[in-house]
Amino acid sequence: MSTVIENPVEQGKHLEELETVTIRFAGDSGDGMQLTGTQFTNTSAVVGNDISTLPDFPAEIRAPAGSLPGVSGFQLNFSSQDIKTPGDQPNVLVAMNPAALKVNLADLEDGGTIIINTDSFTKENLKYAAYETNPLEDGTLAGFRVHKLPITTLNMNALKGNVELSRKEIDRCKNFFALGVLYWLYDRPMEQTINWIHEKFAKNREVMNGNEIALKTGYNFADTTEVFTTHYTVKKAQIAPGKYRKITGNEATAIGFIAASQLAGRPLFYGSYPITPASDILHELARHKNFGVKTFQAEDEIAAVSAAIGASFTGHIGLTGTSGPGVALKQEAIGLAVMTELPLVIINVQRGGPSTGLPTKTEQADLFQAVWGRNGECPAIVIAPATPADCFNMAVEAVRLAFKYMTPVFYLSDGYLANGAEPWAVPEIDELPKIEIKFATNPENFMPYARDEETLARPYAIPGTPGLEHRIGGIEKQHLTGNVNYDPENHHFMVKLRQEKVDRAANDIPTVEVFGEKTGKVLVLGWGSTYGSIASAVEKLQREGKSVSSAHLRHLNPFPKNLGEVLRGFETVIVPEMNLGQLCTMIRARYLVDAVAFSKVKGRPFQIREIVRKVEEYL
Amino acid sequence: MSTNGKGTNGNGHKEILETSVSAESDGDSVARSVAPPPAKLTKADFVSGQEVRWCPGCGDYSILNNVQKVMPELGIPREKIVFVSGIGCSSRFPYYMNTYGFHSIHGRAPAIATGVKAANPELSVWVITGDGDALSIGGNHFMHAIRRNLDINVILFNNRIYGLTKGQYSPTSEMGKKTKSTPMGVIDYPLNPLSVAIASEATFVASSLDVDVKHLGATVQAAAKHKGVSFVEVYQNCNIFNDGAFEYFAERNVRSDNMIYLEHGKPMIFGKNHDKGIRMNGAHPEVVQLGSETGLNENDLLVHDIHLKDPSVAFMLARMEYPAFPQPVGIFRAVERDTYEDMMTDQIETAINKLGPGSLEKLINSGDMWTVE
Repeated sequence: MSTVIENPVEQGKHLEELETVTIRFAGDSGDGMQLTGTQFTNTSAVVGNDISTLPDFPAEIRAPAGSLPGVSGFQLNFSSQDIKTPGDQPNVLVAMNPAALKVNLADLEDGGTIIINTDSFTKENLKYAAYETNPLEDGTLAGFRVHKLPITTLNMNALKGNVELSRKEIDRCKNFFALGVLYWLYDRPMEQTINWIHEKFAKNREVMNGNEIALKTGYNFADTTEVFTTHYTVKKAQIAPGKYRKITGNEATAIGFIAASQLAGRPLFYGSYPITPASDILHELARHKNFGVKTFQAEDEIAAVSAAIGASFTGHIGLTGTSGPGVALKQEAIGLAVMTELPLVIINVQRGGPSTGLPTKTEQADLFQAVWGRNGECPAIVIAPATPADCFNMAVEAVRLAFKYMTPVFYLSDGYLANGAEPWAVPEIDELPKIEIKFATNPENFMPYARDEETLARPYAIPGTPGLEHRIGGIEKQHLTGNVNYDPENHHFMVKLRQEKVDRAANDIPTVEVFGEKTGKVLVLGWGSTYGSIASAVEKLQREGKSVSSAHLRHLNPFPKNLGEVLRGFETVIVPEMNLGQLCTMIRARYLVDAVAFSKVKGRPFQIREIVRKVEEYL
Repeated sequence: MSTNGKGTNGNGHKEILETSVSAESDGDSVARSVAPPPAKLTKADFVSGQEVRWCPGCGDYSILNNVQKVMPELGIPREKIVFVSGIGCSSRFPYYMNTYGFHSIHGRAPAIATGVKAANPELSVWVITGDGDALSIGGNHFMHAIRRNLDINVILFNNRIYGLTKGQYSPTSEMGKKTKSTPMGVIDYPLNPLSVAIASEATFVASSLDVDVKHLGATVQAAAKHKGVSFVEVYQNCNIFNDGAFEYFAERNVRSDNMIYLEHGKPMIFGKNHDKGIRMNGAHPEVVQLGSETGLNENDLLVHDIHLKDPSVAFMLARMEYPAFPQPVGIFRAVERDTYEDMMTDQIETAINKLGPGSLEKLINSGDMWTVE
């Protein structure tokens, strides 16, 4: 036993420095690949690398073991440089079974490294993965650097007799063995993960010991085995000094809305119905009741938004969160909030559609749904975070706009932002914007549909305020008095007024920034999670001296005031989107520019090189 | 009548104040319990300036009138009262009340009211709904708002027809009924709103009649006093599309024989001559004749108990229908249970006691952190 947990001894193996590495961990959904990837990510962040991750898991909780649909993957890009994406192509693939190899091999770079658990390449598993012959023997892996390790056996030998665990339980520790191998291979310290194991399994000492031994043995095995002659190191990135936190989009979203509630001094009410990939926001918010957060798991999507509207009516920050199919159900109620001019924020963590679509995969095809998806002329403000960490800022922004303009605000995240992680430069509290919520209190000449001169918002008079009793509802209301009114002139006026109110938010949002020259051959325009790939592609082309700039929209309705001028500065505008060209259609209609849609609707984010190639066509 | 009403209402007012003070001593709101009692309002204070637009002769007028009459007796200031409705004739109700009001969308009033009450438990929240609004398009929200036991009052105006869309059948329309959408007769079995409410674990369930203003007023008042969800089904006549739907038991000269008023603690007697009753025969209720011929008296009858924890008897009573039984009208069930909003508040307080009041500084500076020098 003592031999396996001794500190590793360097045996004079070659240590090589790399700038950037992309690893994809892949295995059966029961193999713990998300956990392994997350641990590697945390350690890499803490040692000072820049990081970006892309978890990729099946919609089924446990598809049949060993099957192709059951493969779960986690891609991590870590670097000594500034990176904005989880990497186009993995340099390293960790394949815990034949199915994982089959699903992921095509993505691996030419000559890339594969670490394989050979124990799982049984006849049965090969059949599940639809391999007619064994890829370890038939030349499938020619051209790759393959490390064949009997991980299951090595793990079993290390743990058997040292822990009071069943064979099955010991087997479950093998992801830590694999992680140990990878830690040695990329020169990572184990402390971070060991501490995590101690904390996580404090109540189950045998599992704690098992995982720790597996990790250390994996590390020591890699160090001593002749399979590996070289290992690698990735130096600290040049990151601005400060405090950092690894954060996923869903975490940043939840924390951002709590922050907005604190900044506004009003309690947060979150109505939601569980749905992938938005449920983590509900889980996270439910943990923070000491902030006065009220989470309401509703009977359905409609009740979730309706309760949020009721809470907004009553002076809380009414928030509802879902994904595309949920928004489809909520739209009538969102129309009610538009009509009654109540503040409301709708989080849509977009996923592949239509209908149930691809629940665990990313897409950006709900932009039209947010902007135009309701009956009648029914404008809403629409914003979208650009990166996982940006979710925090945009959550605060969503609440600010909703309450200032007394109108619903759509917050469009997506599956890629939601589950992807990156370092977040934790802000100072006093740097955060203040959110001012003004309640009406004066009964003198009170009119529920009077208007603020600047914003056109109506007064926010909440129940409990003496003398301001009034009635609101979905029927058209008379200007100023708020009485039910069917007059044609009044309706025409109110339709235009509600539109004008949303349009005026353009006076209150930042102009769109151009990265690069303000004029030139190509502008690559993006919104939402395409930011990282677009920015990286354009920076690459700019380094090559190409006339390319990029711009990124975080406000989609209304658009920033200078957008038309920015677009007209370029010969070609290319709009990469994970849809069939929704933003592209909007800017063509609005600004009459001959923009080019670059669509990818595969449930996966754009690769940098895909955008580079597309732009090159127009240079 | 009006003098009589005043006397009863005066007592009711006192009782309500006592209940609300004891509820507050549970830790709800200290501020309100020390505030001076609000100045007594009158019915006129609850009449909004809006022109009432129901058809002349509609049963809704009587319900509006009675609710406006009961409001001052509750001792709740107007600004703390919120009426929420969905869509349908009945759902225009909030516009006519001089309180806060929200005329929402079809079927969703219970969900909106849930948000209102959860956000501000100090408000007196009323849901006004109809048979279509509550049981058809809003069936899901109706059921779930009831099971959560928020302290809200749900009044369902049941006219067994779709009035606002001009005469289609509703989920409470009787089998075989010919309407515009069922020229050959209804072929879906109706729902019984009371049994749906009881099955949904309602803690207060009652029925009343638009034509019996005294009973209606008292029932609404009892519903308001109940802490927890209160459900009141009001049989309401639609004189345009379903006139006389409830005449068979609600009409004055058949009422005593075809209807039975449920009274807590009293044996279940009905009939013009008080000579009929309901008794249990094994697991089933039956109608029996009292008197020397049968040798039965009121001691043989079922004694109505609204506080039974087990909802089975209430459910059984809710299933009694004319002509096999007299139509039961009154309070079926009134039991206590913690309310959703109180438990939500408790959880927040527990979290604050355990973790301290939320600190944004601490929240953002947690998780996997590191410092770059």
